[in-house]
Amino acid sequence: METIEKIEHIKGTAVINNTASINSLENEAIYIFREVAAQFEKPVLLFSGGKDSITLVRLAQKAFYPAKIPFPLMHIDTGHNFPETIEFRDRLVKELGLELIIRNVQDSIDQGKVKEESGRYSSRNQLQTTTLLDAIEEFKFDACIGGARRDEEKARAKERIFSVRDDFGQWDEKKQRPELFDMLNGEIELGQNVRVFPISNWTELDVWSYIEKEDIEIPSIYFAHTRATFVRDGMIWTADDEVVFRDDNEEVVDRVVRFRTVGDMSCTAAVLSDAADITSVVREIRASTISERGARIDDKRSEAAMEKRKQQGYF
Amino acid sequence: MEVLKIATAGSVDDGKSTLIGRILYDTKSLTDDKLEAIEKTSKQKGYDYLDFSLATDGLVAEREQGITIDVAHIYFSTATKSYIIADTPGHVEYTRNMVTGASTSQAAIILIDARKGVIEQTNRHFFINNLLRIKEVVVAINKMDLVDYSEEKYNAIKADFEALMSKRDYQNQKITFVPVSALKGDNVVRKSENMPWYTGPSILDRLEALGKQDIFNVGTPRFPVQFVIRPKTDEFHDFRGYAGKVYGGELSVGDDVVVLPSQTKSKIKDIYFYDKKYQTASRRSSVTITLEDDINVSRGDMIVKAGEIPTIDKQFTAQVCWMDTKELTAGAKYIVQHGVNKVLAKVDTIHHKINPDYSGINEDVLGLGVNDIASVSFKLNKPIFYDAFKNHRTNGSFILIDTQTNNTVGAGFISQN
Repeated sequence: METIEKIEHIKGTAVINNTASINSLENEAIYIFREVAAQFEKPVLLFSGGKDSITLVRLAQKAFYPAKIPFPLMHIDTGHNFPETIEFRDRLVKELGLELIIRNVQDSIDQGKVKEESGRYSSRNQLQTTTLLDAIEEFKFDACIGGARRDEEKARAKERIFSVRDDFGQWDEKKQRPELFDMLNGEIELGQNVRVFPISNWTELDVWSYIEKEDIEIPSIYFAHTRATFVRDGMIWTADDEVVFRDDNEEVVDRVVRFRTVGDMSCTAAVLSDAADITSVVREIRASTISERGARIDDKRSEAAMEKRKQQGYF
Repeated sequence: MEVLKIATAGSVDDGKSTLIGRILYDTKSLTDDKLEAIEKTSKQKGYDYLDFSLATDGLVAEREQGITIDVAHIYFSTATKSYIIADTPGHVEYTRNMVTGASTSQAAIILIDARKGVIEQTNRHFFINNLLRIKEVVVAINKMDLVDYSEEKYNAIKADFEALMSKRDYQNQKITFVPVSALKGDNVVRKSENMPWYTGPSILDRLEALGKQDIFNVGTPRFPVQFVIRPKTDEFHDFRGYAGKVYGGELSVGDDVVVLPSQTKSKIKDIYFYDKKYQTASRRSSVTITLEDDINVSRGDMIVKAGEIPTIDKQFTAQVCWMDTKELTAGAKYIVQHGVNKVLAKVDTIHHKINPDYSGINEDVLGLGVNDIASVSFKLNKPIFYDAFKNHRTNGSFILIDTQTNNTVGAGFISQN
């Protein structure tokens, strides 16, 4: 993708041009947001503070302008988030006047509903599922909008835009509804809910290009900065927190890094990079020969790691 | 840069997933870590080649059985286009998933195994492409490496396929034949050195050459109202906007319009896209429209240009592709979702089941089983505003929803009233 065609926006005189890939994806996402608002009683936008969910917020603003976004945001907080992300999250909802619901994985641990993993590769990522399902039940959400993309992972490539989950929150990949033309069937029974993925058809590069085009603010950890790190299994991990397990013999070195994906700190590795602004990030992603999820250790647990998590109710 | 959505069709083991994997590999769209995973798993399975289907078969059951069960969407881009490929299953029992994948595509690749030639499944695939009015079709005659790259073999298959083409009812279709070996990479992205007798384009060359006019049927503008926007803030106290997507053609400020079903006349006052106003909204723009007159418009209503009113009726006949294991029967009730509009429908008559092998033998039946295609008449509890599918892809199509299970159980293509 060399150039992104820009929408001409001379007031009152221009034509909206949708042949450009990014514009066409944007229009598709806006259409999906409006279908959610119209077809469901209690939708919620799952917000992690990462680039994909930040993009969702902008798209939702566009879908309902000049009215406000007609549903709240919800963050399932693992307690192991990057502080920069949390600071950014709180500032964003304040600036845009949005409602934010927070539910904590720590509470699920304290209640004995989930057990913290231990050892070298322990992570709270998988524990999120229980907290999420509890929150869906608590608020009776019937649609949960998420920023998952089909290009992320091969099990995600199989998922529909309206993905029906049973009353245990589970995904049955063999019983997916056919999704034809633009028609999204949001009919569900009480207890079921639909996971909705408005940016299903976007690639990682599309998201970054959109952030650049729209001049959207994102947390600072996406840009190059110096950080105390150590290397394990060929991946770069943070050493300046209590979350990532580190052996005493694993050497801590200051490196200039950035994060390509912002998940739970315990399973998100950094990449060496000097891309300090959005233009450099887009250039870097375009040239990259490693996929985004290459830096997520939770996907490497097995060939079917994501599929298994989704069957259990992961988003 | 344009987006081109492509559906693949082919029988089991014709090599669809391999073809897609090959396209990704040769356009350098596979990242190192994904390629590494393919190499690792191919080796574990004891193959002496890279099993590219591992890149697309994302479900455990698919990898276990070595078949594609559900549609996967695969993304790649070249200097000129962004591509989305719907990798659809080849098994007869997954025809519904093939229709699913093809319904949003502008072009299709039909695979034929050069050793087997045109088989019953090929007829079915071509039939569905015609039913869906897919204009651009590439017929990939695959596994040429296994027939010694034989020109005679290729010509014989091409002639058989051309015999099928004479039976289609969709004349604007463009068909390109390409002899390929997906496994070896002949004529997929790169031109083959093994088939000097073939002078046409590779598959990717053909797709790259497609312009907008080749791909899209424009049709008249239809604007189904998705959502009514009433901010009720100080700044936008009296704002009443109709959010929706423009299908076919374009709408401009000042256009004389009619709101359906009330048939109230008005003019387009403003077209908003987010916080900016535009003069014209082109095809597939998700905009918000305001009208000159204060009229009652709600979700499911449709704004059209005056003088271009679609059929407004409480009945229609359509080709239906049935997708559920529970039979469709005369007298049964379903929800028809036509765009964003939902109405209750009763099956009036099942005219006949269509044999998708182009045999011309159509049976009279009492019910439709999964993957059957038939001509069916429906009666509705309130009128909808439709076009024939051949004139308008969006406003001529619908889905059927089971009132008990809420599942999407059928796809329909309106033929007439």
